[in-house]
Amino acid sequence: MTLQDAGFLALYVVVLLALAKPLGLYMTAVYEGRHTWLHPIVRPVERGIYRLAGVDEEREQGWKGYLIAILAFNLLGFLLLYVILRAQGHLPLNPQDFAGVKPSLAFNTAVSFMTNTNWQSYGGESTLSYFSQMVGLTFHNFVSAAVGMAILVALIRGLVRHSASTIGNFWVDLTRGTLYILVPLAFIVAIFLVSQGVIDTLSGYKSVTTLEGGKQLLAMGPVASQEAIKMLGTNGGGFFNANSAHPFENPTAWTNLVEMLAILVIPAGLVYMFGKMAGSTRHGWVLMGVMTSLLLAGAIVANVAEEAGNPNLDSSGVSQSASADQPGGNMEGKELRFGIGESTLWATVTTDASNGSVNSMHDSYTAIGGLVPLANMATGEVIFGGVGVGMYGMVLYIILAVFIAGLMVGRTPEYLGKKVGATEVKAVMVAFLSFALAILAFSAVASVDRFGTDNLANGGAHGLSEILYAFTSGAANNGSAFAGINANSTFYNLGIGICMLVGRFLPMV
Amino acid sequence: MRAITLHATWEAFRPLLTVTATLLVITAVIYPLAVLGVGQALFQHEANGSLVSVDGQTVGSNLIGQQFTEAQYFHPRPSAAGTGYDASSSGGSNLGPASKTLVDDVQQRVQAFITENDLPPGTKVPVDAVTTSGSGLDPDISPATAALEVNRVAKARGADPAAVQQLVDHYTAQPALGFIGEPRVNVLELNMALDKGFPVYKP
Repeated sequence: MTLQDAGFLALYVVVLLALAKPLGLYMTAVYEGRHTWLHPIVRPVERGIYRLAGVDEEREQGWKGYLIAILAFNLLGFLLLYVILRAQGHLPLNPQDFAGVKPSLAFNTAVSFMTNTNWQSYGGESTLSYFSQMVGLTFHNFVSAAVGMAILVALIRGLVRHSASTIGNFWVDLTRGTLYILVPLAFIVAIFLVSQGVIDTLSGYKSVTTLEGGKQLLAMGPVASQEAIKMLGTNGGGFFNANSAHPFENPTAWTNLVEMLAILVIPAGLVYMFGKMAGSTRHGWVLMGVMTSLLLAGAIVANVAEEAGNPNLDSSGVSQSASADQPGGNMEGKELRFGIGESTLWATVTTDASNGSVNSMHDSYTAIGGLVPLANMATGEVIFGGVGVGMYGMVLYIILAVFIAGLMVGRTPEYLGKKVGATEVKAVMVAFLSFALAILAFSAVASVDRFGTDNLANGGAHGLSEILYAFTSGAANNGSAFAGINANSTFYNLGIGICMLVGRFLPMV
Repeated sequence: MRAITLHATWEAFRPLLTVTATLLVITAVIYPLAVLGVGQALFQHEANGSLVSVDGQTVGSNLIGQQFTEAQYFHPRPSAAGTGYDASSSGGSNLGPASKTLVDDVQQRVQAFITENDLPPGTKVPVDAVTTSGSGLDPDISPATAALEVNRVAKARGADPAAVQQLVDHYTAQPALGFIGEPRVNVLELNMALDKGFPVYKP
């Protein structure tokens, strides 16, 4: 690890932890319905929504009512996006005249955004119209994150309330998360991104004659607004095929830093909020410490592995050692402006959370370098984790740990004053096992026949990694890929779609 | 009786439909339009793609790499976007580290780089010059790569290599605060400056 990369990693972690407390306090206030400094502007809008919807914000739902509301909301959102994708040829804001998306791809994409996975079977600039991106995908980027946070808040209430049978009102939590937290943060981040060169325009693709006289067609679009929420909502589905490696999504080292912070800032804030609402900020900091250590471990391993370069190129006359005037290391699939350090940190962060955006191509990582994102996803993305979902994944681990520890010392296991009994542990195990089962069953089926293996870019052991990565990514709702796999086939679109559903909803239920 | 059922149905679905509709308007219409409006008003150049032009003719974007093959220009990294620097089809090669295609490609690119720049055989070529980027649209090369191309470019333009190297140094960006970002040279920017400082006759 170079001194430069170590400095950058330290900067990242310090800024992230510094932001966690103020944001966590703010979010606690929002979900507890207390006055915040945004109230004068947002409160009237919020009240208007409740009036229109006939929602009494004081009336809470039991867990069944809450869950039904979530499922109904997700189903409607899914149908909405599916219809938009299928019909985009007849909808406005389609300067490139893209036709409707075919059914299996539309299904995969709609499930993917609804479940906050954002797996990219589609190639943004060659498949989707501005309308699909702006209206269809942006909406899901916001609300799938707001749903994740709502679930966490409901879970916390369920844990800390000893007698009450209600866990809050889904419509209220959903509205508050969107209006007070996601929209304002996304707006600030988006404007910063535009100032650095992330494009945001509705004009069509721009054809230019290059300096040497060649032709180049520059893909355009309303990128900044989607980029901001794609990071903050740990969604990760890029406007362009190359995702955040694309210079129009991520043009400078500064946008790279801010986008990486945006991935983890809400999850880190939620950890603080968890401690606060559970009545023990100390417990929040303990969790934060565990997560930070795991983040650092992943980042350092990935960095060292990639900095060492690709041993298969040693004999080809390539210089892979870092110096003051070149980044060195394994640069296949990486952008020069990010080099090794800022690429590997991104790969770690994006899989710690369930973000799944990439600023370098994980498929071209060395064996150990590529193992870090895979391991992060396979543990269920609980290192800060996705917005809301990461923290409740962590709670599953805690319950299991408390149970085992309780057995070892021979007393009734308790967490936050609640007894952990057979029912709870059974539920936790079903969640864990369904996750592993979904990944392994689908990978096994995909490896044995041509409909699975025909789509691989790399044969042999690396090809198996591509398949395993794809289904892990789907089940963990991550959405990043060893992208050599051509996942846009009916089998993969449906298979990964089902994996995403299992990974998202089973633990919830 | 009928009216009551209808009313009850509406009440059951009312929160779902109205909350979805209002959040859709706020997040998918008002929010993107607000970003669009503010972005276009405050940062017009950046919001529209940081386009650059020569004699009033747009030649590309400062942020997006483009293909250069002629001897009098510095060359970008190899690209896996479409047939090379296709800015409507971004992407990387996605070749794994053990891929034979990758190893062969790199070997071939190293030889081509050495021949093209008339370097002594066995010269170690910087890794960025022979690998494709993640986007296929990387606008930059490393200063080390640029330095190896200076002699060829200077010769093609009948210019003094030291003067060309000076120009490269001028266009080399250093990491902010010493550790944010990487040392790099923007190829399009540098080539535009070359055309200005050391013009060649173009038929």
